[in-house]
Amino acid sequence: MAIISIRNLVVEYDARRVLDGLNLDIEPGETMVLLGGSGSGKSTLLRQILGLERAHSGSVLVKGIDITRCSQLELRLVRRSIGVAFQSAALFNSLSVKDNVALALREHTALAPSIIDLMVWMNLAAVGLADFGHLHPQELSGGMKKRAAVARALALDPEILVFDEPSAGLDPIVAAELDELILLLKKAFQMTVVVVTHELPSAFRIADRIAMLHNGSFLAVGTKEEIRSNQHPRIRQFLDRVPDKMGKASEVAASFEKYLRGEEANP
Amino acid sequence: MATLIENVGQKTLNHLDYVGGFSIQLWAVLRAMGASLPFVGNPYRWKASVGQMLQIGVSALPMVGLMAMCSGFILAMQGASELRRFGAMHYVIDLVAVGFTREMGPLLTAIAVSGRSGSAFAAEIGTMSVTEEIDALRVMAFEPVEFVLAPKYLAALIMVPCLTIASNVCGILAGGIFMFFTTHLSLGLYLHYVLTSIQLRDVISGLIKSLAFATIIVHVGCLEGFRVHGGPDAVGRSTTSAVVKSTFLVIVADVIFTAIFYYFTGKH
Ligand SMILES: Nc1ncnc2c1ncn2[C@@H]1O[C@H](COP(=O)(O)OP(=O)(O)OP(=O)(O)O)[C@@H](O)[C@H]1O
Ligand SMILES: [Mg+2]
Repeated sequence: MAIISIRNLVVEYDARRVLDGLNLDIEPGETMVLLGGSGSGKSTLLRQILGLERAHSGSVLVKGIDITRCSQLELRLVRRSIGVAFQSAALFNSLSVKDNVALALREHTALAPSIIDLMVWMNLAAVGLADFGHLHPQELSGGMKKRAAVARALALDPEILVFDEPSAGLDPIVAAELDELILLLKKAFQMTVVVVTHELPSAFRIADRIAMLHNGSFLAVGTKEEIRSNQHPRIRQFLDRVPDKMGKASEVAASFEKYLRGEEANP
Repeated sequence: MATLIENVGQKTLNHLDYVGGFSIQLWAVLRAMGASLPFVGNPYRWKASVGQMLQIGVSALPMVGLMAMCSGFILAMQGASELRRFGAMHYVIDLVAVGFTREMGPLLTAIAVSGRSGSAFAAEIGTMSVTEEIDALRVMAFEPVEFVLAPKYLAALIMVPCLTIASNVCGILAGGIFMFFTTHLSLGLYLHYVLTSIQLRDVISGLIKSLAFATIIVHVGCLEGFRVHGGPDAVGRSTTSAVVKSTFLVIVADVIFTAIFYYFTGKH
């Protein structure tokens, strides 16, 4: 049975459809990459999976519970089994890295402080930040912040790990390290991983399956090979990195020249 | 015409929306307050509350004290300049003592706390909204109202009345110093007169006001913070509007409370 299943999900902002009747099943233990261009609705979909925003219609089932309709208490229970690393890391700035990771452990479990310290250290070591626990988030670099966010997401040993843009804004080496980290975590903890990204190499490195999102609906959902061999023009354009409307650049240049020559630009 | 009605309607809806948001937040925080209490609640929330008490209360003490001293002098001098003509210098004591316990103490404190802490709440929570920290709290199964707001509210409910009392003391003391230098009234005698002229209910009505002011300041500040959408500029606007709205509402609430005390006790 799918651990996350999305049924006919519709999300609207001010009567503008951002997600248009999505259906998707994510199986336990798989890595699902949500791939799509900027503004295609990836983050919006993720916020729906986390129950952070209200949907217009449709349902999102996480571990069999419909989080668009369940009570606050059930939602809180579901959320304990989800670890999230946000696009902006979203570490708590008033706490040190160590305390960021320890927060959920301290408050949601009855573990002894010494055990919590040990678990925090192990989580930080897993992401390569064992020596930086005492620092505050503003003292970390962007890549370290993202890794700290992963450590925090791992704290409660979640069944589902969610990443929003793990590699955005990082140099290729750090981005690749983060990909390896995701693969490693998955192998070690058998988690279900949901990753949102628009970076192709990263997507094809970590994915079991890929869902291509465009203008709020899925163009294709399938394994890496299926996506790679898909002939849908929009997917080809995305994979081959072809810009929108090839002719446009020369048109702009022409009208600009006209303008320089003093003639009326006529778009 | 249609646009006028539309505008009025839109404004009304906005205000109703604000009042609604305020009430929902107040209700949510009252239900979550239990967790912030010492011994019975969550020890981390209580720790956060103590931290907030230091920020709202202890570090505001010098400023509130100084403001109250100055206002005490002002009140005494303004009163004396008129009352002296009637040879009624004695009433300066009543003016300062009653004026401070009922009115000036709570109001001065509220304005100081709103400027210092109300804006800080809006900035802190607004920044947390912008940087997805509030969302992170939610997905970590924490309730932001319980986690962020309840400790602040508890701290304010305790510290604002304390600050009010401190400001009463400072204001009345300033009046005593003024009386000592103008009429050579000894401080001991001054305090004796003060205690005979104020009644317990003056102090209590002032403290009730200060609880209401604390509620307004914390909830307006936090609501402004939670409503931040967008970027850093929105955070800046929210801090401004937190101070403006809470100061305005504090004064409105003051009028209402004073009217209630005036008509229902027949004394004020
Ligand atoms: N709170 C909101 N209010 C109004 N519109 C929104 C809101 N959040 C997102 N949108 C709109 O929804 C669309 C999808 O946004 P979303 O953030 O999901 O994109 P994305 O795929 O994550 O893009 P990126 O890769 O740039 O992060 C955009 O057109 C955006 O304008
Ligand atoms: Mg996004």
